[in-house]
Amino acid sequence: MSTTANNTENENAMATATEKLGTYLGAYGELIADRQERDPVWLRQLREDAWQRFYAKGFPTTHDEDWRFTNLAALAKTPFQRAVKGSVTVTSGQIEKFRVPGAGCRLVFVNGYFSPELSEVGDLPDTLEICSLERAIAKAMEGGAPEGGAPEGIEQHLGRYADVRRDVFTALNTALWEDGAYLRIHRGAVIERPIHLLYVSAGAGAAIMTHPRTLIVAEPTSHAAVIEDYVSIGEETAFSNAVTELVAGQDAVVSHFLVERENLAAFNVSTLRLELARGTNVSSHSILLGGGLVRNNVHPVLAGEGAECLINGLFVGAGRQHLDNYMLVEHAQPQCSSRQFYNGILDDRARGVFHGRIVVHKDAQKTDAKQTNRNLLLSDDARIDTKPQLEIYADDVKCTHGATIGQIEEEQLFYLRSRGIEETSARNLLLYAFAAECLDRMQDSPAREFVASLIGDRLTDLAVNHQAVSSPAPIKDEAQSWEEVG
Amino acid sequence: MALLEIQDLHASVEGHEILKGLNLTLNAGEVHSIMGPNGSGKSTLAAVLARRETYEVTRGRVLFNGKDLLEMKPEDAACEGVFLAFQYPVEIPGIGNAYFVRSAMNAIRKFHGQEELDAMDFLPLYKERMKILEMDDKLVNRSVNEGFSGGEKKRNEILQMAMLEPKLAILDETDSGLDIDALRIVAKGVNAMRGPDRAFLVITHYQRLLDYITPDFVHVLVDGKIVRSGGAELALELEDKGYGPTEADLPQALPA
Repeated sequence: MSTTANNTENENAMATATEKLGTYLGAYGELIADRQERDPVWLRQLREDAWQRFYAKGFPTTHDEDWRFTNLAALAKTPFQRAVKGSVTVTSGQIEKFRVPGAGCRLVFVNGYFSPELSEVGDLPDTLEICSLERAIAKAMEGGAPEGGAPEGIEQHLGRYADVRRDVFTALNTALWEDGAYLRIHRGAVIERPIHLLYVSAGAGAAIMTHPRTLIVAEPTSHAAVIEDYVSIGEETAFSNAVTELVAGQDAVVSHFLVERENLAAFNVSTLRLELARGTNVSSHSILLGGGLVRNNVHPVLAGEGAECLINGLFVGAGRQHLDNYMLVEHAQPQCSSRQFYNGILDDRARGVFHGRIVVHKDAQKTDAKQTNRNLLLSDDARIDTKPQLEIYADDVKCTHGATIGQIEEEQLFYLRSRGIEETSARNLLLYAFAAECLDRMQDSPAREFVASLIGDRLTDLAVNHQAVSSPAPIKDEAQSWEEVG
Repeated sequence: MALLEIQDLHASVEGHEILKGLNLTLNAGEVHSIMGPNGSGKSTLAAVLARRETYEVTRGRVLFNGKDLLEMKPEDAACEGVFLAFQYPVEIPGIGNAYFVRSAMNAIRKFHGQEELDAMDFLPLYKERMKILEMDDKLVNRSVNEGFSGGEKKRNEILQMAMLEPKLAILDETDSGLDIDALRIVAKGVNAMRGPDRAFLVITHYQRLLDYITPDFVHVLVDGKIVRSGGAELALELEDKGYGPTEADLPQALPA
């Protein structure tokens, strides 16, 4: 629960960061030129403001309190290039294994660009508008509404919630996004089957970056579940910097799933900004299984009376994975409740971070906010930094927080083994039981079954791997270290 | 061939020798009871037989069905037919009772090259045996022992035993903390399982349990060795006269 920042390392990181902004400047220049015809004025302005913000600040260092436990030097020094549209061909066979059984539709993005060939929208109710963000904006510019929606629908929401001033990754995404998903669920509509948004990073021969941008507008009293899913094809490094804005209208019920299952060379920063109107019930479920350096930002603002938000997560790391969860839960109105539950399982030299910040604004009386972070460390070299942070400006609130760090209980392991269950399976069962706390907080749905099976597979790997490393074989020193470069 | 043959067993925990040359032979079909004061090594014996790794065997040998039990991992001993009903059953949040028992049954079946049971075959059997032990149906999907009363935990041990059908069942103070009704139910479960192919090792402090489960043999364990053996009548005698130094077992009265 502590850290020491190495000054030299940080200064180096800072110097490297500013030098390397050059590649981003180049990418921004190209993008502006490419999109001159396509971007409406308001969007160009949005990009420009965001770009100025990013360029002025650069990447944060571990001096920054919000980044104290995550060193971005390796990210900052890699010269990521803008992906070229259509430069990589991905076949439907290659992505078949990423299918979500029971999903109602699927939008696929390859290296940040929408792929109509790989996407499946099938028979959708006309109460659901779903298309690429690029397409939605083009339609709006043509003067027609995107599939019947209000023409001002996008301008009114895009970039209005995710704040480029408080987070440079949001600024970078806002400046550089090429495409993403646009979803609008009409008033009162109940979308039964989950909507799958699949973001594929496919090796392009160079380290590429993508900045997927998703806008989800759930109109009042609508119900829907969305799965945002990050995957890789191949082993190449890539940087995905996604921002999703989800706006829930009065009494809407929305579940959002983030699934990170990229390769171990991937950098992934995902920012989910939730805006909750009066009486809404919004759940965010983050399932981090893959990726090398992952930062998962979840930022709900409970902006209407009586809103309820569940912020649920599971992160599972091994090798040298670094999984950082940054929660900022803002209570802006009275009578709202928020529940944060994050479980972490870390093996080998993996490192996890849970930063849970709760801000209760002056008017948010009768706030009920709870935060729990539980962690299992499976090796002596694994590490978790967990940090609650409460800022309360109202006087009649209930806020609790707690964190635990433990190992697999030998008593439990012996009990299972004494009944005939062999050690690896017993370990696996116990890991699964710990992880299942996160599944228990999801409603029964195809989305839950899908993540349950992903988690099951990941934990089986971990149990087998753990068995292997508990015998004398030394842990392989992987080339990557997120801390020692810079 | 005896089912279990323990010869000159010495075992230590964290460097303290607890068992100091224990000899015991059990044949299939027999019920043996081990009695003795606190700290005499009763639970250590149970743990060693269940292959708990924190107990170090320093000398002696144990044959189970002719095989070297001390070479076995806990899961192998279980698959060979050793079952320990724990004195303090462990709570395992997140794993359902029925799921756990079915996993265990299937692990054992797999070990013997038998087909695995699916939930459809398993559940009726499980529920039927729950009924014998007068357990609430609701416990089927509850997490293993989580939030169970003391009596429910002990009955759950016997239920697992009834499902796994071991050759040797070791009951480690299963009676402690049970009220008389629960004790009768537990005994009923055990008696239903007595048979020519199965042996029981019933570890207890009190003769009371033996009113319900009549042993063929009673052994007295003191300071890591068996000091006396006899028939069921020995338990009654012990109840009367004690193991010898019984004062140590009683709570010391504080001086006024």
